[in-house]
Amino acid sequence: MQKKSRPIKDYPYTPFSKPKIGSLGTTGLWRSFKPVIDQEKCNSCLLCWLYCPEGTVQLGEDGSIAIDYTYCKGCGICALECARKAITMEREFE
Amino acid sequence: MTIKDVLTGNAAAAYGAKLARAEVIAAYPITPQTSVVEKIADFIHRGELRAEYIKVESEHSAMAACIGASIGGARTFTATSSQGLLLMNEMVFWAGYGRCPIVMVVVTRGIAPPWSIWSDHTDALAQRDTGWIQLFCYNNQEILDTIIEAYKIAEDKRVLLPLMVCYDALEISHTAEVVSIPAIEEVDGFLPPYQCSLLDTKNPILLWNGAFPRDAIVLRYILADAMKKAKAVMKEVDEEFGKTFGRQYGLVEFYKCDNADAVIVAMGSVAGTAKSAVDALNEEGYRIGLARIRSFRPFPKEELRGLATKIKALLVLDRDMSFGQGILCTEVKAALYDLKRRPFIYGFIAGLAGEVVSRNEIMETSKAVVHAAEKGIMQREIEWFKPRIGGG
Repeated sequence: MQKKSRPIKDYPYTPFSKPKIGSLGTTGLWRSFKPVIDQEKCNSCLLCWLYCPEGTVQLGEDGSIAIDYTYCKGCGICALECARKAITMEREFE
Repeated sequence: MTIKDVLTGNAAAAYGAKLARAEVIAAYPITPQTSVVEKIADFIHRGELRAEYIKVESEHSAMAACIGASIGGARTFTATSSQGLLLMNEMVFWAGYGRCPIVMVVVTRGIAPPWSIWSDHTDALAQRDTGWIQLFCYNNQEILDTIIEAYKIAEDKRVLLPLMVCYDALEISHTAEVVSIPAIEEVDGFLPPYQCSLLDTKNPILLWNGAFPRDAIVLRYILADAMKKAKAVMKEVDEEFGKTFGRQYGLVEFYKCDNADAVIVAMGSVAGTAKSAVDALNEEGYRIGLARIRSFRPFPKEELRGLATKIKALLVLDRDMSFGQGILCTEVKAALYDLKRRPFIYGFIAGLAGEVVSRNEIMETSKAVVHAAEKGIMQREIEWFKPRIGGG
């Protein structure tokens, strides 16, 4: 999404962004496989939270794990790293 | 107190980094590395320099470590050569486009194959589009002085560009001469501590994120503009250095160029030989001068244009090779093309991979160039200074 152009003097000398959710748009649209958590097997060890390169693993107040599907790109790293095999990758489209 | 010592070019470079109080040095210690980083390791070992010395697994990592340290708030230094510089290439761009004021010594050496440890500027000049300022030195005193100047230029808020200090392998790097080493207190007065940190834990940023074309092109424009504006800062810093230490260099050194008919354009140690050739030629009655290019990036376009309108011919000596023409010659021609009255420009590939360029050879070629210009003979193709083709 392109914003309205701004004057050159307002640009930084080197590119940076402020941390915010979804600065590159809804990357969840890129996904072909979706990580699905089996809450029965999950013990909230947070390995997936640690490994997720996009920060889309969310920890609920009750300790439960959820994935933000708006931004999850479906890379599958969480499923690979999960020690209890509680995450499976499911095809998005038939 | 200023002391005098007999130093090789590499030792002079190490002293420069020490006097500038470099705080992080990241280097790969194996061939084609030079004794620059060995001397610095020695300084740290003896407790003469307080710095973090990171032994990395490649030149690519050396530059990556320098980038991280530079962002994190440390004055950084590294050195490399030829293949090492080429392996570093990706990170060299990150530092340049990312505007990290790192200072790096490049001991210019021939690129393999054939394997060569001798001087050739092609390695450094292959990095000319990376966003680094490139200065070419031609004696050991200039190396030490340039490194101190380099930090002040690179870290200036109007510049914020990394800087390469380049000098010829062996002819300069391994040749010892008398060098005046200024007192560190005096350098402290000239060069303030590093203040270019981008790290602020209270105000976190994501550095070097993706950008859409519209923003990316503006950032490129800002980068190009910084390189353009660096010239004024470089002159300012050089003048201040001159006032403080009594030595000044300029972006380009004009030697006996007043009233000259022809001028030799060269960089590095070849320029030193050319200077001596110019003296001898003037004694013989030839009015030939020398323009020693010290700053290749930014290129001293205006200075050369000022000279070019007053002379008949330029002889460009390229200790580098491109295909079709030498890299320096290409720059010179581009700088002068739109002048209404421009001199004949003759380019020669001279001194590749350490080939010796003698004073007599420069003299003979200069005379031939003067005669060719008088007759109005244009050079159609680039010439090799001393062709060995056919087993000559």
